[in-house]
Amino acid sequence: MSGALRIPGAGRLSQAKTARFSFDGQSYAGIEGDTLASALLANGVHLVGRSFKYHRPRGILSAGAEEPNALVQIVRDDARKTPNVRATVQELYDGLAANSQNRWPSLSFDVGAVNDLASPLFSAGFYYKTFMWPKAAWKSLYEPKIREAAGLGVSPDRPDPDHYSSRYAHCDVLVLGGGAAGIAAALAAAETGVRVILADEQAEFGGSLRFESGAKIDGKDGFAWAQAAIARLGAMDNVRVLPRTTAFGYYAQNFVGLVERVSDHLKAPGHDLPRERLWQVRAKRVVLASGAIERHMVFANNDRPGVMLAAAARTFLNHYGVAVGKNVGIYTANDSAYGAAIDLKKAGVNVAAIVDLRDNPTGPVIDEARALGIEINSGRAVIRAGGKLRVSSMTVQPKNGGGERTIPVDAILMSAGWTPSVHLFSQSRGKVAFNDETKRFVPGTYAQDCVSVGACNGTDGLAATVDEAYAAGARAAKDAGAKAAKGVKPKVDASESWSRGMLGAAPGAGPDTTVKAFVDFQNDVTAKDIRQAVHEGMRSIEHVKRFTTNGMATDQGKTSNMHGLAIAAETLGKPIPEVGLTTFRAPYTPVTFGAIVSHARGPLFDPTRRTAIHPWAEAQGAVFEDVGQWKRAWYFPQAGEDMHAAVDRECVGVRNQAGLFDASTLGKIEVVGPDAAKFMELLYTNPWEKLEPGRCRYGIMLREDGFIYDDGVVGRLAPDRFHVTTTTGGAPRVMNHMEDYLQTEFPHLNVWLTSITEQWAVIAVQGPKSRDIIAPLVEGIDMSDEALPHMSVREGKICGVPTRLFRMSFTGERGFEVNVPADYGQAVWEVLWAEGQKHGATAYGTEAMHVLRAEKGYIIVGQDTDGTVTPNDAGLDWAVGKKKADFVGIRGMARPDLVAKGRKQLVGLKTKDPKVVLEEGAQIVEDPKQAIPMKMIGHVTSSYWSQNCGRSIALALVAGGRDRMGDTLYVPMPDGVIEVEVAGMVFFDETGGRLNG
Amino acid sequence: MAKAAAKTAATASPSAERRPALAGRTVSATGVKVEVLPPALRISLRAPEASVAALSKALGVTLPKQPKTSASKAGRTALWLGPDEWLVIDEAGKDPLANCAKVSALHSSVGISHRNIAISVTGPAAEAAINSGCPQDLSLEAFPVGAASRTILGKAEIVLLRTADEAFRVECWRSFSDYVFTFLSEGARDAAG
Amino acid sequence: MLLIRCPYCEEERPELEFRNAGEAHVARSANMVGESDDDFEKFFFIRSNPKGIIYERWRHMHGCARFFNAVRDTVTDKFVMTYRAGEPKPSKLPKNSNEGLAK
Repeated sequence: MSGALRIPGAGRLSQAKTARFSFDGQSYAGIEGDTLASALLANGVHLVGRSFKYHRPRGILSAGAEEPNALVQIVRDDARKTPNVRATVQELYDGLAANSQNRWPSLSFDVGAVNDLASPLFSAGFYYKTFMWPKAAWKSLYEPKIREAAGLGVSPDRPDPDHYSSRYAHCDVLVLGGGAAGIAAALAAAETGVRVILADEQAEFGGSLRFESGAKIDGKDGFAWAQAAIARLGAMDNVRVLPRTTAFGYYAQNFVGLVERVSDHLKAPGHDLPRERLWQVRAKRVVLASGAIERHMVFANNDRPGVMLAAAARTFLNHYGVAVGKNVGIYTANDSAYGAAIDLKKAGVNVAAIVDLRDNPTGPVIDEARALGIEINSGRAVIRAGGKLRVSSMTVQPKNGGGERTIPVDAILMSAGWTPSVHLFSQSRGKVAFNDETKRFVPGTYAQDCVSVGACNGTDGLAATVDEAYAAGARAAKDAGAKAAKGVKPKVDASESWSRGMLGAAPGAGPDTTVKAFVDFQNDVTAKDIRQAVHEGMRSIEHVKRFTTNGMATDQGKTSNMHGLAIAAETLGKPIPEVGLTTFRAPYTPVTFGAIVSHARGPLFDPTRRTAIHPWAEAQGAVFEDVGQWKRAWYFPQAGEDMHAAVDRECVGVRNQAGLFDASTLGKIEVVGPDAAKFMELLYTNPWEKLEPGRCRYGIMLREDGFIYDDGVVGRLAPDRFHVTTTTGGAPRVMNHMEDYLQTEFPHLNVWLTSITEQWAVIAVQGPKSRDIIAPLVEGIDMSDEALPHMSVREGKICGVPTRLFRMSFTGERGFEVNVPADYGQAVWEVLWAEGQKHGATAYGTEAMHVLRAEKGYIIVGQDTDGTVTPNDAGLDWAVGKKKADFVGIRGMARPDLVAKGRKQLVGLKTKDPKVVLEEGAQIVEDPKQAIPMKMIGHVTSSYWSQNCGRSIALALVAGGRDRMGDTLYVPMPDGVIEVEVAGMVFFDETGGRLNG
Repeated sequence: MAKAAAKTAATASPSAERRPALAGRTVSATGVKVEVLPPALRISLRAPEASVAALSKALGVTLPKQPKTSASKAGRTALWLGPDEWLVIDEAGKDPLANCAKVSALHSSVGISHRNIAISVTGPAAEAAINSGCPQDLSLEAFPVGAASRTILGKAEIVLLRTADEAFRVECWRSFSDYVFTFLSEGARDAAG
Repeated sequence: MLLIRCPYCEEERPELEFRNAGEAHVARSANMVGESDDDFEKFFFIRSNPKGIIYERWRHMHGCARFFNAVRDTVTDKFVMTYRAGEPKPSKLPKNSNEGLAK
């Protein structure tokens, strides 16, 4: 039913729950609870992929996250095609469809495999040496071709339809890894009542208890104990248990990133379920219980499908009930592979032979294997695996040479020993230390509040592990502030123990050989490649790594790093610690972009800010433009109008009758306190002390370096209260700038700042009819020119709601800016609009606003200035208080270069052909016939077609511009040179009479 | 321009209708409800230590001096936002701006009733919903009932107030309210899962 | 993401709430107009950029909104201590234990 190699009675899955799946189009049956890997193996499928560089056939190496070979593409639908999924991690669901990668036309016949035959050409550093000449070919030929050939799966080309979520979480003790150590630590911490989070990357907790058939805790089988403990933990209010959750990054101050795979294992994920959830956990203490990873043996053709880690084979048997072969060979350098041999033999699988590199291994497991009648060949090596798409034999030789013997097998289960998983410890900036006796790197110096327990700490044996972990969990809880614990330590009744092993190439793959003995499966790095790197001059392990790409694949060298290091050290003739370990970096396993982005997609990518009047503009068919996070009405096209026509109409309408403009986005700050004027004096160039309440002034703000930072109209509402406006984009930074000076330079001033940008909706009513529109709606304000002259402000009521009514103009026309509390904004606008219709008013957008202000030579900070423009450069000297003793920028403004002759000054430009509109940003030269590169003396900052002037208009920064009035200058463009005349900045109503018109 | 037209209009003006942002929006998920609260009266109050007693008296609520705390009385809540800054929210229809206007002690009181929008997040999963984008520890130990803080939700600034074990008030600026509401809705959907 | 102790909120808060504001203890002259070009250059442009202990300004932007000062080690990125704006540069730094982070 669920695979010919499923052994009845073995494993923990319920045979009743069949899950159908397909691999490369072929249908198979598995069982719920399987991984894709176990389900394939149950069906006798070992060949699952082609390698990255040589396109060699590859199988399943491991049973976990370290898998370098079995990378497949999972296809749910057109938009959900996930490449490079580890078959050993992907849980089976009914209907799962997987495809192999990196092969054409098929997995068993792959044209790219010629790379394997040509492998002498593709040795280490091949890319760096081969594609050097001709240089130009790199970009046009080599790189595109290499990129096409490289990579494994295929990215989906549609937007990801899934959603991802995120959660910040805090806890006292975070336990990473849910094997015996992690569970024991979590129990100890949880029993004290502190907040505990326990995470494990597997679907089920237990870690090595999944395969260790000899473990017994509290009278139970190890795995059963783990499940019972997890059930207990899960029922506690202070504990969060997270299966399928990988800690991928350990950052500063115990900040750990975890990804929970929420629905990848489900047949039909509910719409509300995210695909993955990003957990950003801040823990007072972290317990690292990340275990150890078994290493493979480095021998010729050790990558053939069917050659796998011994503990993986044991996991497939003891957990999934799958025999990885019918006639297996064992190749080991430590005790742990004996467990696989014994369990398989007991399950009825033929164990052809154990080949043990050690001379005279002794101990209970060796005795047990022997008692089961398994042949043990000690002091011998497997020098070669036979077969191509599946291993067919292993060739054995005494390790010091001698006669070969070839044994037919259909799987080789290997173990070179176990590497403590110090990845997260290393990411925490802890320093590892090399234990020369056990030949492994273990946590040395800690950099953060964490502790390693169990196999990742180099602790051998279940009893010692549980002791250490339980004590560490209790200690972590205590350090996090817990009171005394009241729990009972789990009692280990029986356990397995395995340590030691070997590092580097096995006999038969030594320095004198040229065989393909793989160190790094995912990046196709062989023992020979590492030696070659050293021979070619790489001395540091960091250089060896980059030259060979050993450990640089997405598996980050979980199985390969130590072998690579040992071979490099041997070739260099140095001890391992002197060669050093490369740095482990986040992420521990690949993390989807979706999880990292989580909620920040679509409408939540960035806040979209809309004004209170936005719905009206939208209903009118306005076209919007982005101004920072704001959406602003750009122009209001009527039927048949393009942008040009709409803007022309709006500009003319404002000058001839009146226009309504939504100015709500302007930054607004209320400056309040007895020292408000003193503060304004210091922050703006202008004098403020004598500004009378009820009057307004155009203010300029500088940075300390003397350059214009912001501008805006400021109204004095009362002796101790100013209503300050800023540019739309500048609002947050201006507020920050003002707070900075107030808090740190002028803290003696009794004044406070409050952002009121969003308190007030602002409706600009501009044009000769503006007063006629507003006046009937206003209460309590005398609207006459005498009582309310240009640049004044009054508080009163409009349409029955409170208003701060400004008489001001950014168009050069008689104008008002009506501030009303934001929730009233749209209603007041609608009343003004209706009133405006009686006077032929138009609504205008930001484009018309820009044109109208340019016609008057009013600058826009950030468009006509760029952070290098002084008030004098901009022709705004009149706004600088000459008698002031201090203001921000007063000294910077006087720097030699800022008062030197020939600075770029803001001037107007008129094209000789009035129909030609200059391009903003275009460069200006004196002599268009000079040789390239020409001397550029300035550039165009603003340029528009002005329907009101009947010609184009432009503003420009030009060196010594004000001394060039009437001069002809040139703007060279790709299709010809444009002649321009330097002019004043005011193109319309030079006398300014219309402000009161 | 005719002088008469320029004079203050004596006729009664039409009264403009108030249209609060997101009015009535609500989202329910298992264990959490997100809903926009009705408009309230608010001020941003700034004052030195010496003025706190007088202002407390005028407002009828004792301005808290401890960081991350608030005080509440008769529908009026004062949230400590900074060492000289309080957000005063009145849900009983009495304008705190008017109360402060009578205080001669040094202070700054600015009306921000329309600047902020309030969203309530309630239910057993409220904490998790907010933690979808807020990096603070919101456990009852770290953020007890009455705790108040300006902080972050995703890419927006919020003011967070815990009103009950399983109830929060989230305040944000008007134009950020759509973003904040949508974020909380997504957080609620996930917290329920 | 770092945790930063705000001396006004009197607790550690997530880095997302804060914004760095450059080097601390760079005093603005009470007589700006009288500053020489050299002095202005030192005041406005020259920063110490040390490898090791730096005194810098931070703002609890999305918290209490106060500017304050911090001592941070640029090598380890660890905060040694924080103190309120206006307080003098600490003459002695607390001993920074291996895991003690601005506690």
